[in-house]
Amino acid sequence: MENFAIYVPRLLPQKDFFIPGHRACIGCGEALALRLVTKTLGRDVIISNATGCMEIVSSPYPTTSWRVPWIHTLFENAAAVASGIERALKILERKGKATAKPKVVAMGGDGATSDIGIQALSGAWERGHDFLYVCFDNEAYMNTGIQRSSATPFGASTTTSPAGKLSIGQTTWKKNMAAIAVAHDIPYVATACPSYPFDLIDKVSKAASIHGPTYLHILSVCPTGWRHPTDLTIRMGRLAVETGVFPLYEVENGKYKLSMDFPKLRPVRDYLKLQGRFRHLPEEEIDRIQEGVKREYEKLKKKLEA
Amino acid sequence: MSAKRKETDLTWRDIDIGAVITDAGNAIEYKTGDWRSERPVLNKERCIKCGICYIYCPEGCIRQNNEGYFAADPYYCKGCGICARECWTQAIKMVPEEE
Amino acid sequence: MKMIGMEGAHAVAEAVKLADTEVIAAYPITPQTHIVERLAEMVANGELDAEYIPVESEHSAMSACLGSSATGVRTFTATAGPGLELMHEVVYIASSMRLPIVMAVTNRALSAPLSVWGDHSDAMAVRDCSWIQMFAENGQQAFDLTLCAFRIGEDPNVLFPVMVHMDGFHVSHVVEPLFLLEKKQVDKFLPPYHRPYSLDPGRPATLGAFAVPVIFSEVKKSQSEAFASTKPAILQAWKEFGDISGRYYQPVEQYKSEDAKVLLLMMGSFGETAMVAVDELRQRGEKVGLIRLRLWRPFPFEELRQAVGNAEILIVLDRCISFGGPPGPLCSEVKAALYSLEKRPKVVGFIGGLGGRDISVEQFREMVARGREAVARGGEEETQMIGVR
Repeated sequence: MENFAIYVPRLLPQKDFFIPGHRACIGCGEALALRLVTKTLGRDVIISNATGCMEIVSSPYPTTSWRVPWIHTLFENAAAVASGIERALKILERKGKATAKPKVVAMGGDGATSDIGIQALSGAWERGHDFLYVCFDNEAYMNTGIQRSSATPFGASTTTSPAGKLSIGQTTWKKNMAAIAVAHDIPYVATACPSYPFDLIDKVSKAASIHGPTYLHILSVCPTGWRHPTDLTIRMGRLAVETGVFPLYEVENGKYKLSMDFPKLRPVRDYLKLQGRFRHLPEEEIDRIQEGVKREYEKLKKKLEA
Repeated sequence: MSAKRKETDLTWRDIDIGAVITDAGNAIEYKTGDWRSERPVLNKERCIKCGICYIYCPEGCIRQNNEGYFAADPYYCKGCGICARECWTQAIKMVPEEE
Repeated sequence: MKMIGMEGAHAVAEAVKLADTEVIAAYPITPQTHIVERLAEMVANGELDAEYIPVESEHSAMSACLGSSATGVRTFTATAGPGLELMHEVVYIASSMRLPIVMAVTNRALSAPLSVWGDHSDAMAVRDCSWIQMFAENGQQAFDLTLCAFRIGEDPNVLFPVMVHMDGFHVSHVVEPLFLLEKKQVDKFLPPYHRPYSLDPGRPATLGAFAVPVIFSEVKKSQSEAFASTKPAILQAWKEFGDISGRYYQPVEQYKSEDAKVLLLMMGSFGETAMVAVDELRQRGEKVGLIRLRLWRPFPFEELRQAVGNAEILIVLDRCISFGGPPGPLCSEVKAALYSLEKRPKVVGFIGGLGGRDISVEQFREMVARGREAVARGGEEETQMIGVR
């Protein structure tokens, strides 16, 4: 037994700050991501959370799953609230009234980040606040019942972009939030997925330790919305990375670095066919998706050389 | 605010200012274990105590016991089957809850 | 203290500075911009040690205030008209989460058509938001009430946010002679801000949980009871302020109203013009008086009922129009407050001054005359607009 090199409990922080008793769906990839993120962040944080799955499942009054200071107000202002918290902490420190030096972390889903909350986030980035923003991307407005967002991938069927006689589902390509983050010239941007937990944990640590605005975009597999068996959550995340649909990379001060590369990407078909939200797609659309993924991956590879 | 009291027991006087919840983590009193229709069963002979099930559990309800084996807390396990699926030695099997 | 000439907006900035405000969220909008500009200067010159956040919208301005106040620091912002509307949903959160943010509102008309000029449509849109709300009529009051706002909001028996309303341009941009206070006077009046819980890793708390139907009403009742019981703290703060400055404020300010048969009632800067009209009418032997509401929320029911005394006619001037309903918000509320009285004056409503329009002394005299006619005719009176072609 002792010969095995992997002893997970030794490599991971022990304490949990987002604890069981939350009402997330069975097999929720986002809950797993949040669990790992909060484990890594530790005790000295203040979390500003947007409305969404994680906020709702963790805070039905009078109970809470949070063991760290946590504030939720609205859907679109997690970054703005975080801005206020960050400046308040700054002046408390300057006036000698600070009792701790917590890291300010804002969290939101893909809708809260790339749709309704993009203004507040862009503003916070431009002002250069020292905070980490974590986007839990389950690729739709899942909490309200699977409506499309700008992060919904091409061809996915959601309730507001349903597949039908005249429609293939979502007709636009997924908005590239990480690229938007990089365009703001912030010191650190990274993509991550809980199917690669150690990579995710490293990135959380790094992003939290860097001074200034940092951004983490985490693919949060959703069995409920993506329509697949609950035990395939981890596999789905792996397939997303292995097919190039969701590449894992970091951008530190504008310099791109791939977290993992594959000699040959798996065909996207392997990823799409396991999910009910893509079941309606005819062959030519799957081909179109394949081309699109290939194109985007090549664009990314070009940025590595720059 | 103790979660042990039912919501309907609370009156307006019991509400803390701004409806703040000061008992951090009191959701632990809500046992999600009765959600499941399947539960994980561990075959100790195959288990290598790597802890990958512990890391992948979305609930965070898998814990290492005194012998070093990892077991899901039945009060919280929702029966998603991720641990069984991801276990490297296939030491975990999902069985229907009734068994 | 020496008398000094200053714009109302700058006077507000002086109050914010004297209060040692710690975080200021700033977004420009006419006509409050001079407030945030002066504050920016003060911070840039080291006169005020505060964190100045130049946010990218009013929604984010109030959101940043939520974060800052929840972390336990003294917080201020200013807005007007459409800006107040843009932060509408956030404003309710500030109060239900009991965050004592102070906000100066230079009352401005709501679009469309776009108008940068003053009226009360922005204030009336947020009547129910559970903020303590006061109306200033001139620069001196703008300064005084802003200082009082910090004191009142942060009072441990209050812990609600406070709005100080002042007419856009008429107060914000007019240079008036006024008295500031010395720092040591303010320090005596304004204790440091402490809150029972905040965002602190040492004592982690969850702020902003969601409430299912079975508990929501209890949370709201708790808020309602707390809000209704803020009155004593407001009066206490005003008394203490008066002791320090010599200027005492009342929820309902009365001018020559004790023996008046006809009363004018309004809020905001028109009160000063109305005073001139009252003086002129008194000179002619008419028993006319004036009531101004200083405290808008919580509504001063008792003080209003007392103030109307034995008046026969009460003429209410609204600076806001509510379409399709009882047309004057202030008038509706006054009527509702007086409804329970056995003996009460006949209420006649006027709407005027929309979008920055002036109302002259003659027009006030006209209102009194028309009010008398309306009552003589008897029956239900429609609210009328004054000064409209």
